[in-house]
Amino acid sequence: MKKIDIIIDNKKITTEIGKTILEVAKENDIEIPSLCWHPDLDVKATCRVCVIEVKGKNCLFTACSTKVEEGMEIITDSPKIRKARKINLELIISQHREECGDCVYSLGCELLKMAKEYDADFQKYEDRRKDFPAYRFGPSVLFDSSKCINCRNCVEVCEKQGVGFLELEEKDNIWEVVPSKDPKKDCIYCGQCLTHCPVGAFEAIGEFEGSENVLIKEKGKTLVVQFAPAVRVAIGEEFGMEPGEDCTEKIAAGLKQLGVDCVFDVCVGADFTTNAEVEECVECITKNKNLPVLTSCCPAWVKYIEFYEPEFIKNLTTARSPHIILGGVLKTYWAKQQNKKPEDIVVVSVMPCTAKKYEITRKELEIDGMKPVDFVLTTRELAFIFKRHGIDLKKIKGVPCDNPFGDPSGAGIIYGASGGVLESAIRTAYKKLTGNDFPGLKFEAVRGMEGIKKAEVDMGGRIIKIAVCNGVGNAKKILEEVKKNPDAYQYIEVMACPGGCIGGGGQPVPMTPEIRAKRAKGLYKIDVNKRVRKAEDNPQIQKVYKEFFSDKEVYEKICYTKFSQKEKEN
Amino acid sequence: MEMNIIEKLKIAELKGRGGAAYPTWMKWNLVKEAQGEKKYVVCNASEGEPGVFKDKYIFEHYSEEVINGMQLAMETVSAEEAYIFLNKEYFELFGDKLKKIIKHLNIKLFKKQGHYLSGEETTLLNELEWKRPEPRLKPPYPVTNGLFDYPTLVNNVETFYCVSKIDKDEYKKTRFYSISGDVKNSGVFELVEDWPIKKVLEETKNWPKIDFFVQVDGGASGEIFLPEELDCPARGNGAIIVYDKKMTDPMQLMRKWAEFFVKNNCDKCTPCREGVYRLKEMLDQDKLDKKIMEELFFAMEETAFCPLGKGVSRPFKSLIEKLKL
Repeated sequence: MKKIDIIIDNKKITTEIGKTILEVAKENDIEIPSLCWHPDLDVKATCRVCVIEVKGKNCLFTACSTKVEEGMEIITDSPKIRKARKINLELIISQHREECGDCVYSLGCELLKMAKEYDADFQKYEDRRKDFPAYRFGPSVLFDSSKCINCRNCVEVCEKQGVGFLELEEKDNIWEVVPSKDPKKDCIYCGQCLTHCPVGAFEAIGEFEGSENVLIKEKGKTLVVQFAPAVRVAIGEEFGMEPGEDCTEKIAAGLKQLGVDCVFDVCVGADFTTNAEVEECVECITKNKNLPVLTSCCPAWVKYIEFYEPEFIKNLTTARSPHIILGGVLKTYWAKQQNKKPEDIVVVSVMPCTAKKYEITRKELEIDGMKPVDFVLTTRELAFIFKRHGIDLKKIKGVPCDNPFGDPSGAGIIYGASGGVLESAIRTAYKKLTGNDFPGLKFEAVRGMEGIKKAEVDMGGRIIKIAVCNGVGNAKKILEEVKKNPDAYQYIEVMACPGGCIGGGGQPVPMTPEIRAKRAKGLYKIDVNKRVRKAEDNPQIQKVYKEFFSDKEVYEKICYTKFSQKEKEN
Repeated sequence: MEMNIIEKLKIAELKGRGGAAYPTWMKWNLVKEAQGEKKYVVCNASEGEPGVFKDKYIFEHYSEEVINGMQLAMETVSAEEAYIFLNKEYFELFGDKLKKIIKHLNIKLFKKQGHYLSGEETTLLNELEWKRPEPRLKPPYPVTNGLFDYPTLVNNVETFYCVSKIDKDEYKKTRFYSISGDVKNSGVFELVEDWPIKKVLEETKNWPKIDFFVQVDGGASGEIFLPEELDCPARGNGAIIVYDKKMTDPMQLMRKWAEFFVKNNCDKCTPCREGVYRLKEMLDQDKLDKKIMEELFFAMEETAFCPLGKGVSRPFKSLIEKLKL
């Protein structure tokens, strides 16, 4: 790239041609306020808050959309700039019904921060959208359109996901974001609208209202909480910690302080899933049946297939997702062990995901009429509850999770990052088929934040072609490839959210590629420090296999499920 | 050797007649020079602002010239395909007639769907691609990245008419004035392009005997002039609307403009979407809060995404100033 020199606020900066003023400012720690700009999305330049002056030019420019040029002199603060930002902020505020106490931006609401900085008057105009409706998308996502500021990030990200459920419709002469009435479009509950909304117009259903009651123990019941891998490397952000910091033991301590009876680790559930999935996968591959195998632990992806691409339903692995298997084990095996009635056990999963709220409503997951998991809370919801109870994760002294399901293998930990499910399966399958450990127990080619990763593995003479996708839009590309060439891949991992579950719709906001990368790094760090690195080596699951899963019928009931074509639900 | 058309356009000093007045020869040259597997020519016939109806007149009387101008453009910039982007009314009125003239030429007619202002080129291109009708970020400009990302020449109906006349050496530096409002002899008139507005009104027997003011360059976004200010030529799209000062309620007039903008803007950017909404809200309440208006106009002029938004303030400010409201 060609180097050029520019000046921002009297500071000389050497940068590259092709970058925008906002990008260069960010790289140089120069603050320019912005709302609609998001590193995952195209520049839309709709909010008009990031205006700056360019010396020699009369009008203001938006920093997000203006590219740097040789010799450019940029001013990021002046009376004129402040005036324009203040007016536009007041206009934005006049669209946005404030409900700051109940907002996913618990820390760092940019709009509020800017409003203070620019002395914006909240009362200048009456809220334009105060009577606008709130839309519920299944049991997962709530869109409160009275808070929308028309930046259109949600519409764009929904399109990027290949879903296109959120769209614009003209209401009283203004184009507003609405859920699509098109019978061919439906929400898949991934919650990426939420993570890309700059003003908290989206939240998980139950978020703030009612979620707290989930962790209040009913008399005579045993309250069990299990939490997913991605939660532990993100929840700390809500308490001012760095993304990627391992909060496993802090979460356990916080939950104990709330009076939860037992805290288990969904990563142990992941070890069960890996075993169940590998068993099925090896059979499919050796018998050349229903290939390529598609992973199914991401409920948003499953919903996508069931609604948009039902011809691929047969390709989804029927192994249940980690928290569903562990929930099932808790209400059967563990209940018996503890001498408790299954109906007296309440299982709550803390997940990085909004679609998991939908997953637990699936009838087909019930075991003898019993839901394996009773409630799902998002990472944000748990952080909110902790804060309500004065629990500061930053300060709390950690305690280990409870046994017998508190100590996962490293393979179970990495489930939370894109490529992790597949790497866990490969570690197990490789050993099974070759008798050896996968070299270094590290499958570099499937790690990282790229949207599509491809690799080949030699499984004792048989080459298995693999694809790993994060973001449904990327998965769609791979499916198109498979439609043309059914032999292109044998095993495909898909996670609906960018970067995998660490970038899920239930995770703390804001969310940027850097934040996601740090969270993923956090998981891999935990993995290498684990004594047990492969799912099948985890003594906690070995015990269940030996004592309980020898009964094939029981095993099938707890570890496998089925899928079916879905009609429009929203 | 015969002079090529781009040189002729340059000598004729033809400027785009859609309103932005960009030198036509430069635009043609940029598209001609642009690299692309494919190129497009687009005729903008989306005319939709109150008081602007000269493109309609040109289609009624000179459709052949317009098609001829387009054909010249296609040959000059090496475009194999062209579109005429017509508003709904013009599509119904002139569709069949144009098809007969187009015959074997690869010029397609496109019927505009919504009611938003597509005068802005990139909005029009988005509509042609069946995308949301809203302006694109510039650069890149349509001359290099236009329709379906190919180099595209977009010119107004009148511009193509002029091109044809220039090519035939029949161009007399005239333009089409749409004259309407409180006048006796409204209509479209082809007159010399740099005549003062006063002369245009006089020559067309439209100089009012009453006290009046005029709006030039569109019945929503045009600027207000008083009778003593009419020694300059009409700019932009050449529309002149005369208002009887005694009979015109300025608040009512501004409400009409505001309503037009609320309906026809694309709602993409904050200052235009919310600013116009607040402006209309205020006028509907029969209020004229100068301080708020100054703020809204400042934000629109300085920070709106496209020229439409930047220009919203023009009629209001000039009316308020000149009528001393």
